[in-house]
Amino acid sequence: MADEVVLLDFWPSLFGMRLRIALAEKGIKHEYKEEDLKNKSPLLLKSNPVHKKIPVLIHNGKPVSESLIALQYIDETWNDNAPLLPSDPYLRSQARFWAEFVDKKVADFGRKVCMTKGEEQEAAKNGLLDCIELLEGELGEKPYFGGETLGFVDVTLVPSYGWLSVYEKFGNFSIEAEHPVFIAWGKRCMQKKSVSKSLPDQQKLYDFVVQFMEKA
Amino acid sequence: MADEVILLDGYVSMFGMRVRVALAEKGIKYEYREEDMRNKSPLLLKMNPIHKKIPVLIHNGKPVCESLIIVQYIDEVWKDKAPLLPSDPYQRAQARFWADFIDKKLYDAGKKIWTTKGEEQEAANKEFIEVLKVLEGELGDKPYFMGERFGFLDIALITFYSWFHAYETLGNFSIEAECPKLISWAKRCLQKESVSKSLADQKKVYEFVVEMKKRLGVE
Repeated sequence: MADEVVLLDFWPSLFGMRLRIALAEKGIKHEYKEEDLKNKSPLLLKSNPVHKKIPVLIHNGKPVSESLIALQYIDETWNDNAPLLPSDPYLRSQARFWAEFVDKKVADFGRKVCMTKGEEQEAAKNGLLDCIELLEGELGEKPYFGGETLGFVDVTLVPSYGWLSVYEKFGNFSIEAEHPVFIAWGKRCMQKKSVSKSLPDQQKLYDFVVQFMEKA
Repeated sequence: MADEVILLDGYVSMFGMRVRVALAEKGIKYEYREEDMRNKSPLLLKMNPIHKKIPVLIHNGKPVCESLIIVQYIDEVWKDKAPLLPSDPYQRAQARFWADFIDKKLYDAGKKIWTTKGEEQEAANKEFIEVLKVLEGELGDKPYFMGERFGFLDIALITFYSWFHAYETLGNFSIEAECPKLISWAKRCLQKESVSKSLADQKKVYEFVVEMKKRLGVE
């Protein structure tokens, strides 16, 4: 019996990108459905009635919402290749901790760098740089957060790397100058097809934000 | 080799209580250390340098932070007894989703009740009840959130019950009147020793909140 996997997504969403990467890493065939967030489909509203947000993974008709929860679901269901979480409980708890840190802080600071000005923007820029510094400390000498291969934290964080030049343009600052380790990690991830095929072109992302803000 | 388990916690914290319940469910011996949030111990600052918050579980010297992550860690390490998460990946995803929903909505909704007055507080009461009603809907007619067995999602929510008396008194409303099924569920959970022994006394929680109101100047 073939699995039916559908991903409800929105191309600039860094949360959606996480699932695209995981599905690619595991080689899972799926149908990608682009949502218009100003005109949400009945399927989206039915699949995620609580938050009405993307991404939503629908597996054989059953929806899973919230990107980190869907990542774990993918990892546990398609568990015979490319494991995202390690098998050791302590290392799993650390991976979950850092993924949650990324989820709560990095995306939010990034959004504020683009959408705010003045003091609020400065605070967001500093917040983002502080997060990156902490993450570099956690990465240490490892090629990936997951060790020798892409792991849970890498998949959670690399979409934010995919937005980096957009943040730099809006914030008028250079992240690369201060954080070469982070940049090297990002470039290493981008060499993987599962990542490079899942992240949109950065110019497209920049144009999208400009347009979005003009309409606001 | 005996396990060394330490819990850095705060008596009234509904997040800390989750870990207490999980440890009790599994019958794990541990050392409880009460933290003063206005005077955090060097150990806490060393074990949770990122957030500097409780609860922190320290297992053989290694720290685990964030209550839901700790509960999952406990479930995975002490896996021979009282499984907290279901074994089916889809059911696990549902349990995690609703626990995340509780974390995103309930604490802030509750805090608004005791930090506001008048119309703002009435709106806060309504919002809080709405969140509980969604959860009550998810519970349905089941004895526990995931079915016949007490587990992860029950643990995530039951600890807020110790704060209900404070919310009701300060907000001047009745949770039982609006969510009777949820209160039945809570009383069912409280029949378990792991829960009744782990939840803070609701009068002490009330006194704590009154003290916080004074300190924050929100009387």
